[in-house]
Amino acid sequence: MSAFAGQLVRELQLAGRARADVLNPVIFLLLAITLFALALEGKPEVLREHAAGILWVLVLLTNMLALDGMFRRDLDDGSLEQLLLSADAAIFALLGKLLVQWLVTGLLIVLLSPLLGMILNLPATVYPLLALVLLAGTPAVSFIGAIGAGLTAGARRGGALLALLILPLLVPVLIFGVSAVNRALEGEAPRAELYWLGAISLASLMAAPFATQAGLRITLEQ
Amino acid sequence: MVNTNPVIGLCLPEWVLPRDPFAPGFVTIAHPVPDPVQLSTSAPTLSPPEVHLLTADSITCIRDRRVVVSLARLTLAEGECIELRGANGSGKTTLLRALCGLLPCEGKVQCHVRIAFVGHRNGNAGLLTPIENLRWHRQLQDAPVDDEQLLDALARVGLLRAAGKPVQQLSQGQQRRLALARLLLSDAKVWLLDEPHAALDVAASALLDELLNTHCQEGGAVLVSSHAPLAVATRVIDLSTDDLSADHRSADSAQAAA
Repeated sequence: MSAFAGQLVRELQLAGRARADVLNPVIFLLLAITLFALALEGKPEVLREHAAGILWVLVLLTNMLALDGMFRRDLDDGSLEQLLLSADAAIFALLGKLLVQWLVTGLLIVLLSPLLGMILNLPATVYPLLALVLLAGTPAVSFIGAIGAGLTAGARRGGALLALLILPLLVPVLIFGVSAVNRALEGEAPRAELYWLGAISLASLMAAPFATQAGLRITLEQ
Repeated sequence: MVNTNPVIGLCLPEWVLPRDPFAPGFVTIAHPVPDPVQLSTSAPTLSPPEVHLLTADSITCIRDRRVVVSLARLTLAEGECIELRGANGSGKTTLLRALCGLLPCEGKVQCHVRIAFVGHRNGNAGLLTPIENLRWHRQLQDAPVDDEQLLDALARVGLLRAAGKPVQQLSQGQQRRLALARLLLSDAKVWLLDEPHAALDVAASALLDELLNTHCQEGGAVLVSSHAPLAVATRVIDLSTDDLSADHRSADSAQAAA
């Protein structure tokens, strides 16, 4: 467990020192959503109708941006091989790394969700539900995405490859996420969708460290 | 205790490991066992001194359909310091990485103890300070972190004044010294070092030799790849002249060690 705590602290320190890496994807999200709002200016009902889809697609793309560099620095400076050589501790260390990856993208998006809702012209009453849906769905995006990030860390133009690999796997999250936000907009509680999103997130939390480790091993063999 | 299942057993229990159906073969490294010496003392033997910490049998590393390294047998006994020589491209790095389980290879590698590996890349995050890096390495080993001990190690390698600076602001040699500090703190019995002398100045090279010597005297074992002759080496394996079939005892290096 000391490996988990140690990795958690290390990743938070790194995130604090490479703030641009954390902020750039989120700024991209805010900018892209604002562009949608500007493009559909004068048609607030159209914007509101498609808000859920726009939001979730952009959340996925933002995560692709953030995941792209997840392992690259560790690969370049050799700490990745040290991590993988650390016997049984590697899984716990990777778990810590995945959690911080979600903290600095997913959780940040959850915290910003009222602002995103405001730009998309959503009624203030759905903000809590919007945050809840994102809270349930974004972990799956980070954890499943990390598997692809591990596999593509050593590849040139890994970012494009990462999106090609991972976005198809995230379709269920997209479908349930959009459906949940739409249901919330209709004034219902999106209970089933929330259960599904939570289940996918938990399942990916279980599987992702192992799959990521396997992917990183393949990356290091190159 | 030996994990003979042909699956990389380095980081995970066997049941969670995915099998790669495409790989030609696997390195097998058993999980670290606290003290192999104690294990072996249960059976009384007449000639106890040779305790093999690492054994590799018929190792073949293939990259891009080319055999890079092929060794019939390589053993690393307690107290041994083997120097791995060879021209550029003769497969020193490949062999070291295969032995510690980072590269797949055909054959069998057995090691019951913890391995410390220092490669070309130092394994220190550039944005973190030396002390933070050392702390992380200790935690990865599930070892207790004692800041005083870390500072002592940094003082020993002459990095005490740089302890609070981000590693990326240090020179190549200083970053290499930090890797030495990691070795100093490590409780691994087997050290696999890939050209550790690179970028080190005279004083740091001397310190490294001293470290290797102490480690071997304390019952550890070292396999070092190097381009310069190593004073502390007890044995030399030359990958470019040996016909890549077996390791030989080199007379002059044995004399040097005596």
